[in-house]
Amino acid sequence: MPELIITKNIDAPGLDTLKGYRKRGGYKSLAKALKEYQPDDILEMVKKSGLRGRGGAGFPTGMKWGFLAKNQPRYLCCNCDESEPGTFKDRMLMEKNPHQLIEGVILTSYACRVSVAFIYVRGELALAGRQIERAIEEAYGAGLIGKNILGSGYDLEVIMHRGAGAYICGEESALMESLEGRRGYPRLKPPFPAAVGLYGGPTVINNCETLSTIPAIVKNGADWYASFGTEKSKGTRVFCLSGHVKKPGNYELPLGTPLRTLIYDEEYGGGILDDKQLKAIIPGGSSTFMLGADKVDTPLDFEAIAAAGSMLGSGGVVVIHEDTCIVGAALRMTEFYRDESCGKCTPCREGTYWLTEIYERLEHGRGKESDIDLLMDICDNISGKSFCPLGDAATSPITSSIKLFREEYEYHVRHGRCMVGDQHAQQETLLAGAQSVHAGAPAKEM
Amino acid sequence: MISEQAKQRMRELAAHYPVARSAVMPALYIAQQEEGYITEAALEAVAEAIGMTVDDVESVATFYTMYYQQPPGKKVIKVCTSISCYLRNCDALVDRFEQRLGIERGETTADGNYTLMTAECLASCGTAPVIQVNDEFVENVTLEMADELVSEWERELSADVGTQFIAPSSDQEISAPRAQ
Repeated sequence: MPELIITKNIDAPGLDTLKGYRKRGGYKSLAKALKEYQPDDILEMVKKSGLRGRGGAGFPTGMKWGFLAKNQPRYLCCNCDESEPGTFKDRMLMEKNPHQLIEGVILTSYACRVSVAFIYVRGELALAGRQIERAIEEAYGAGLIGKNILGSGYDLEVIMHRGAGAYICGEESALMESLEGRRGYPRLKPPFPAAVGLYGGPTVINNCETLSTIPAIVKNGADWYASFGTEKSKGTRVFCLSGHVKKPGNYELPLGTPLRTLIYDEEYGGGILDDKQLKAIIPGGSSTFMLGADKVDTPLDFEAIAAAGSMLGSGGVVVIHEDTCIVGAALRMTEFYRDESCGKCTPCREGTYWLTEIYERLEHGRGKESDIDLLMDICDNISGKSFCPLGDAATSPITSSIKLFREEYEYHVRHGRCMVGDQHAQQETLLAGAQSVHAGAPAKEM
Repeated sequence: MISEQAKQRMRELAAHYPVARSAVMPALYIAQQEEGYITEAALEAVAEAIGMTVDDVESVATFYTMYYQQPPGKKVIKVCTSISCYLRNCDALVDRFEQRLGIERGETTADGNYTLMTAECLASCGTAPVIQVNDEFVENVTLEMADELVSEWERELSADVGTQFIAPSSDQEISAPRAQ
């Protein structure tokens, strides 16, 4: 097993304090950077490392920084609004190692010549927010943020901003609207944030895990980081494994590790719950296309998952076993997008509502044969027809599950119930047994 | 009523951000902490401190689900019902809480003790099913644990009878901004 990068020492006691973080080499990258590197050196280093955004889109981080318009003031927004179903890595990184993120924020701000940085923490993650706030306080107190950081002449303000319950604010332009004190409606692009972003200034927006990786890259160099992973997908990622596996949890692995290893290896998922058959995998949060069990040998890297027909997304790997009714699961995911659609664009607002209505009638035995194609038709009318990717995301579980499991939808229409037995009864059994499963094998967090 | 101290913190926040209206969200949290939910007085105090109209503040407050439009119970229970918790049987958990508390999801008990809500993915999928009680996580929740939790709250709340209303938010502090 390779040396872990961003989850290294994550369970060490006291890591969440400045003292504990420093004891394990924390803020040495910052000291080194301010002393030895010009901002552009760090930008080049990150470009060379091959790091790609860990929020969902996988855009090359260094390139994103390079797009920043030259005018000042510029801003950095760290996106910690983690709310993609199946994703729980940023919460862990914030709760357990907040200073690693702060160091990443300072390094990135320096590289991008930013003087005010924001960390936007999801409102529901109260402890994570408190940890970040406390870490910022400590860093100010130690002269790591503020005026003339470590005597370098570089000034930076860092502000923690707490969300208040809106999935859409994880979308970068909605996040900026929210930070500006408005309803979290996405903005039309272009202009992109790199040109016109927060308060109209050039803005770089990166995910929590992405920025938590920067200190290690500055410390060990671009070549070292690029030695992990595959040719085009460099480094490691925190995969959030959940659903029907024996040992759900966060596992940091080099990109390119096969899904099978993550799901079945004793060190990681430990296999399917109750040794059932694997039915489907959602590889990158509920906004990515479902994959069939035949894709279990696909390597977890951007290119291979795309070739298999999905996206690596947020790294939230949701495992679904044979006893799951796919119509019920897709309904649940569709409800999410209906509830979280901000309501700005008609196709998404109305479409997600109608999709849920149709799913309800299919699920409860009132569906028609034509409903299946109607679902596909509505998806076609949402996808690509809204400002932001939420609408597109809403269609992913639907189109992919119909493609893979159309016979289950048809069964629902014809028989008025699930093909795979009574879901509710199975759930009762599962929950009754959940105590022993969880007591015996607590989620391993690395 | 919003205290003078709270208003002062709002004004400080407004000065802290590059643009004052960015402080509207944290200011709403401060107001909610005092009032328990977003009251007319809360909207007015925020509007005055930040320099926005009351309607404008209200448009923000009604967009975000964590600003309560009605008084919540002393215990706000959020059960995550998104896909990973669904696969780990969160629905039976919601049913159990409904049964034990005698309310449906989205409702508050008549005595003002409990509000039961379902929530979208709470970023705790590895320890599903998960709930939050006044914003603090309880993970790997079984039906037995749900029963125990309800009994525990009953004991706690009956001991609390006669004491003052405590704002349900777990935000002990929204720290005062730093002097620049």
